[in-house]
Amino acid sequence: MTTAPAQAGWRFKQPSVIPGFGLTLGFSLAYLTLIILIPLSGLLWRSAALGWPEFWAIATDRRTINALRISFGTAFLAAAVNVVFGTLVAWVLVRYRFPGRRIVDAMVDLPFALPTAVAGIALTTLYAPNGWIGKLLMPLGIKVAYTPLGIVIALVFIGLPFVVRTVQPIMEEIDREVEEAAATLGANRLQIITRVLFPGLAPAIVTGFALAFARGVGEYGSVIFIAGNLPYKSEIAPLLIVIRLEEYNYPAATAIAAIMLALSFIMLLVVNLVQTWSRKRYA
Amino acid sequence: MEVRVANVRKEFERFPALHDVSLDIKSGELIALLGPSGSGKTTLLRLIAGLERPTRGNIFFGDEDASHKSIQERNVGFVFQHYALFRHMTVADNIGFGLKVRHGSSRPPAQEIRRRASELLDLVQLSGLEKRYPAQLSGGQRQRVALARAMAIEPKVLLLDEPFGALDAQVRRELRRWLREIHDATGHTTVFVTHDQEEALELADRVVVMSQGRIEQVGTADDIYDAPNSPFVYGFIGESSSLPVKVENGEIWLADRPIGLAAPPNEPSGEATLYFRPHHVELLDGCSGCIAGTVAASRRVAGTRRVELEIGGERQRVEIELPVDHPAAQKSRVAFRPGRWKLFPPA
Repeated sequence: MTTAPAQAGWRFKQPSVIPGFGLTLGFSLAYLTLIILIPLSGLLWRSAALGWPEFWAIATDRRTINALRISFGTAFLAAAVNVVFGTLVAWVLVRYRFPGRRIVDAMVDLPFALPTAVAGIALTTLYAPNGWIGKLLMPLGIKVAYTPLGIVIALVFIGLPFVVRTVQPIMEEIDREVEEAAATLGANRLQIITRVLFPGLAPAIVTGFALAFARGVGEYGSVIFIAGNLPYKSEIAPLLIVIRLEEYNYPAATAIAAIMLALSFIMLLVVNLVQTWSRKRYA
Repeated sequence: MEVRVANVRKEFERFPALHDVSLDIKSGELIALLGPSGSGKTTLLRLIAGLERPTRGNIFFGDEDASHKSIQERNVGFVFQHYALFRHMTVADNIGFGLKVRHGSSRPPAQEIRRRASELLDLVQLSGLEKRYPAQLSGGQRQRVALARAMAIEPKVLLLDEPFGALDAQVRRELRRWLREIHDATGHTTVFVTHDQEEALELADRVVVMSQGRIEQVGTADDIYDAPNSPFVYGFIGESSSLPVKVENGEIWLADRPIGLAAPPNEPSGEATLYFRPHHVELLDGCSGCIAGTVAASRRVAGTRRVELEIGGERQRVEIELPVDHPAAQKSRVAFRPGRWKLFPPA
């Protein structure tokens, strides 16, 4: 028997005691191709059939730009709100023992399970000018339903579990001793949170933000009920895609979708780079 | 800084972890809290640090009652068993943390903090590692950083909770010697918790032996080893053998024979337990006034031979240690008399 010469640099197959590398990798690739790659490349292919000038015309159409701005803007705001309050919810669930804690914990997952249209209708009923909460906000001059603010509220609802569920496990792993160490060194509560706890949680919070944001950009069901869907004002990009489809204007629909795809991909890529960078430093 | 623990009791949800503990620690002393797990040694350390509040009693730093001061105000350096370093900070930032979180005029300028951090790194022999992150250090190095971090705030006392517990034997021994050197150089009043008696006896000026929430004995390594004041200390520190005996007419009797030892003058007559160290024995040829037994087992342990003897009709087992080449080890019957011993009430 001859021994293979030692290879330098990157090797395709890592020697391992666990068998099945070829099989599992092959399956994973085939699976991802079928489920994700083929539909997405179909999308790109269809929009490519459009030709550059037409594509550019659709992309720079004011209605498209406004819809994209509303989609990404509201998703960003909602994710930002969720980062603050989702982290707070996670903190309460991890740090305190109170009656009903498990119920609250289970409630966090409800937005995952609830049909989003149901959530949209419920939120619209509450925030409409004659709804329970809308009635209270009306005299203050705040209009929620049928405005971008309503979209943000719907997306906050949809995105909450993403932040809570990514931050919670990391928070549970925080060593009490690290806080105690900071306290013996003279740090007060606020300093412990801002200088010791928060930096440790930041990567998880960024992940939670990315997930909530991505979910918010793609959300359709709950938003169309509360948004009012006024073109240029409260029309989201996914809805515009559906409208174009209903007009049998497939190239326009795929063009908007392709733009959304590209923007989302860039955002998630940036988030991932941030993650990799921080992991290299602290892990 | 002197530390005085006065009649401290600590309960966790009605379960007492410390009963009425008092302890005086002199300024500049290196003290070990030694005991099995659950003896309350860590609780005592955390009480001194302010990480726990006493249920009753007081803790004084010098003449000042510190019992109701917050952790932050106490200005203690605490080193944890698992280092508890801040993972997202460099070594230098970890060490400087205690100075950076100070307010107003008590906070040194950034340059001064950096200078102090590298000074401390020199002291703990990690010069040049300022820019590393804790994840890039070995266990022993991390614990050195943790100690430097604790010393950066110029603490009144340095408290170490099983500082070498998570390290392997080789590194442990090295760090032990090194900690002693650091202590002698800086003169901090230092209290450390350990369950390793070798560590405690070798390192500390005085050892506090604890068991079941009480202090059993406080003393130098010599006091603790040579004059244990309770059966627990006899059993916990070093090797010991015990035999049930009787005291009569100022003599000690095993079953119906005197063993040639005179009881201490005010020892009451009656049942008692005789404790002695296996290596503090005098071997005898004949047996008038001695303890004799048949050899049940004989094991070579490092530089000595440990012989297990069955004594008398009740076949009580005791261990004695013999030199490796001693002829008595070949015999089936061995007679001896303890050289140094102590009587305690019957178990």
